[in-house]
Amino acid sequence: MRILALSGSLRRESYNTRLLRAASELAPPGVEVELYEGLASLPPYDADIDVDPVPAAVRDLRGRIAAADGLLISSPEYNGSFPGQLKNAIDWASRPFPESSLRNKPIALAGATPGAYGAMWAQTDLRRVLGIAGARVVGEELPVAHAPTRFDDEGRLIDPEVRAHLIEHLELLAAEARLSAVAA
Amino acid sequence: MSVAEKTEQLIPVGTFKSDPVHSTVAFAVKHHVVATFRGKFADFEATLVGGEEPKLEGVVKAASIVVEDENLYGHLQSPDFFDVERFPELRFESSTIRRDGDAFVADAELTVKGVTKPVSVTGTIAGLITDPFGGQRLGLSLETTIDRSAFGIEWNTPLPGGGFAVSNDVALLAELELVKEQ
Repeated sequence: MRILALSGSLRRESYNTRLLRAASELAPPGVEVELYEGLASLPPYDADIDVDPVPAAVRDLRGRIAAADGLLISSPEYNGSFPGQLKNAIDWASRPFPESSLRNKPIALAGATPGAYGAMWAQTDLRRVLGIAGARVVGEELPVAHAPTRFDDEGRLIDPEVRAHLIEHLELLAAEARLSAVAA
Repeated sequence: MSVAEKTEQLIPVGTFKSDPVHSTVAFAVKHHVVATFRGKFADFEATLVGGEEPKLEGVVKAASIVVEDENLYGHLQSPDFFDVERFPELRFESSTIRRDGDAFVADAELTVKGVTKPVSVTGTIAGLITDPFGGQRLGLSLETTIDRSAFGIEWNTPLPGGGFAVSNDVALLAELELVKEQ
């Protein structure tokens, strides 16, 4: 089973990207987590270029989502919501609607921030937006607050509580992806 | 009870199937508080068995929902609403049916999005009539109101002045023309 991990942050030392790298290490047996690294190469959504052939970065994104059994999205929070570049990726992935790569796709959410709330508003908005896009958002939010204290100097997730929550999150996502595979 | 009175309370003997062209299964829900939004399902089958132990059953394909906007159509099929991938059918199965003249009441189990709840549907029954081709037909006009949130369909969005975009109460409507099987 393949899970595609999308970080909403482009920053090299991003806590959200670190969290997704940890997810790759903590994934249950039989679950492979692949980190998507093409976010910065996506052009701004433009229906004029959403025609065949679509830009290579878009084709790559849609192909990776379609090939994945589920998505794990971890996002920072900018001005009370998730960043524009992540919305842009969702907008590309959601077309053509409703038969898009996101349709019925099981998706689990997480968010890491230096502050005390762990990107809860970003995750709430992601749930709403992805639901309208036709995806299946599963589980509760996974807020990772005070993110600098959760990782060591090499960027490894060391907080046992967050590690345990992340494992539960991945197990739930894998279970939902298996259900979807049966239903499809 | 006289024979005539008993006849008034029985569904005619036989098995009757819905005529898809002349039957409608629809829903109506309050939208933006002030208006009523209606949609329907194109693919369904209803079966009424008459006689001493009458039974009414129905199956509706959730993906056959008909609304006048492709974005809404897509959203209604998604996990936010009917979750067609996992729950492709809505089902109705009566446990008891009572007829009193034209009045028709059925207690039933309704399954929507994998959740089964008891409902009571009320309406009218008409016929038998004989159609131009010699077939025998009955008419059923039925309605019930359900709380969609009890069936796991909870999507909503708040309105700026209070209230929500879509009511939880949903009227389900069936106008069935049923043909007796030969």
